[in-house]
Amino acid sequence: MAYSDKVLDHYSNPRNVGSLDKNSQNVGTGLVGAPECGDVMKLQIKVNPETQVIEDAKFKTFGCGSAIASSSLATEWVKGKTVEEALEIKNTEIVKELSLPPVKIHCSVLAEDAIRAAIHDWKKKKNGSAEQKAPATAGSQAGH
Amino acid sequence: MSTDIKALTQEQRTPAPDGIKLPIYMDNHATTPMDPRVLEAMLPYFMEKFGNAASRNHPFGWTAEEAVEEAREQIAKLIGATAKEVIFTSGATESDNLAIKGVAEMYREKGNHIITAVTEHKAVLDTCKRLEKYGYRVTYLPVQKDGLVDLEDLKRAIDDKTILVTIMAANNEIGVLQPWAQIGKICRERGVLFHTDAVQAVGKVPIDVNKDNIDLMSITAHKIYGPKGAGALYVRRKNPRVQISAIIDGGGHERGMRSGTLNVPGIVGLGKATALAKEEMAQEGARLGGLRDRLRERIMARLDEVYINGSMEHRLPGNLNLSFAYVEGESLLMGINDVAVSSGSACTSATLEPSYVLKALGTGDDLAHSSIRFGIGRFNTEAEVDYVADRVCETVERLRELSPLYEMAKEGINLKDVKWAAE
Repeated sequence: MAYSDKVLDHYSNPRNVGSLDKNSQNVGTGLVGAPECGDVMKLQIKVNPETQVIEDAKFKTFGCGSAIASSSLATEWVKGKTVEEALEIKNTEIVKELSLPPVKIHCSVLAEDAIRAAIHDWKKKKNGSAEQKAPATAGSQAGH
Repeated sequence: MSTDIKALTQEQRTPAPDGIKLPIYMDNHATTPMDPRVLEAMLPYFMEKFGNAASRNHPFGWTAEEAVEEAREQIAKLIGATAKEVIFTSGATESDNLAIKGVAEMYREKGNHIITAVTEHKAVLDTCKRLEKYGYRVTYLPVQKDGLVDLEDLKRAIDDKTILVTIMAANNEIGVLQPWAQIGKICRERGVLFHTDAVQAVGKVPIDVNKDNIDLMSITAHKIYGPKGAGALYVRRKNPRVQISAIIDGGGHERGMRSGTLNVPGIVGLGKATALAKEEMAQEGARLGGLRDRLRERIMARLDEVYINGSMEHRLPGNLNLSFAYVEGESLLMGINDVAVSSGSACTSATLEPSYVLKALGTGDDLAHSSIRFGIGRFNTEAEVDYVADRVCETVERLRELSPLYEMAKEGINLKDVKWAAE
């Protein structure tokens, strides 16, 4: 399978790899996919509570090169956007940017899911300071 | 707490030592490069000796026929058969089809039951599936954790309608050797024909159709350093005499079992390839086994959570199939793009399903997605093995730093307890 130059670039030099403190009030964590399916993405955002701007984003991905590239690109795109703007990112834009072939479209869908899951997690933390105890797992409430 | 990981850039890779030519080919179960000695034997049969082996009335035909008969003899010698028992085909897929469909049609009066195993090549499985549509009954034997069929399962599966058992000699993904001699013995005792797809085994490990009670056997040239498009089917002529219906009709070549003008250069190549394999098998097998163990040891000394798929004891010398936990196979292949190997990951297949062979061993889907098959062959060197091992290790290390699963496992989270939200 031939990869586009952009996929190869993100694979070789992934942007924003790493982890944020999942217990921080300002951090949202999205964990989507499943090991059995061959793709798991963890995407985290750090949101400024005043401006709602995503000031930092990190990811880790288990998956093929296209999955790594999709999540790497997603962290680049969400940085500097407000939470509401980030929710506007569509998987089709990722497909276009990375020239993903049809068999790899699910990678872009997963990246979109990861953004949404991270925002969902952050919102839940913000709204429900009552239920503050950190989850025992990777701090994620994935999916939709 | 925020961690940053610097990606390994291309410049930080292990440099290729002198004398190593990149990319390195280590996918010898898919196909093998031609041995120059094979090519040399074939060359005259393209131009000067171009005759049709079926032309009976002039020297052009005689020369071609002579070459074909010599090849038949060479193949027969390697497998302990007689030359007349070797039928030329276009390759192993055709040989498998001819053996299974040919027996099914010929012995329909006797019965309609066929036994095979779940880890067979698709050329066997899909042929059996087609026969099911035509009213045949097929038993797909499971395999044990090490990839071997349980002989008791086989004995139990044979009934009075069973006409054929078709079980491969060596598996193309995990290199596991089935106990074909014992299978042959059971089949002979029960009066059932035994076909084996021996494409990966012939020329690599000793196999003898008489000692091992094999009735039909598929062979191909391109897995033993010969050309693509040339194969053979061994069909036993006595004790018992096996009859098969043709699936390709026409001029009645190959004693009516396989019509079509013979691929003379290809057949010459197949013959030469088998002769070389016979000559060099013992020495080459030991060398490949040594290289394979070296590869495994070098990888496993550096990386943890590497799992071997399939039996190490009953295995082709050049095969190694490993799963690298927390790393997806296709991304690993991308990282070692100067090395040609293959993966059981779904992402490398058209179906988006991970390897059915690994699943049949009970390997979880997660580890099936993380598997790499190494096929070491005649032209691989020790220096190449070391380079491949190092490239694999550094790429796995990099990808594990990128893997949320590895991070979670290191935090002590049992991945099996996590509620995954799939797409």
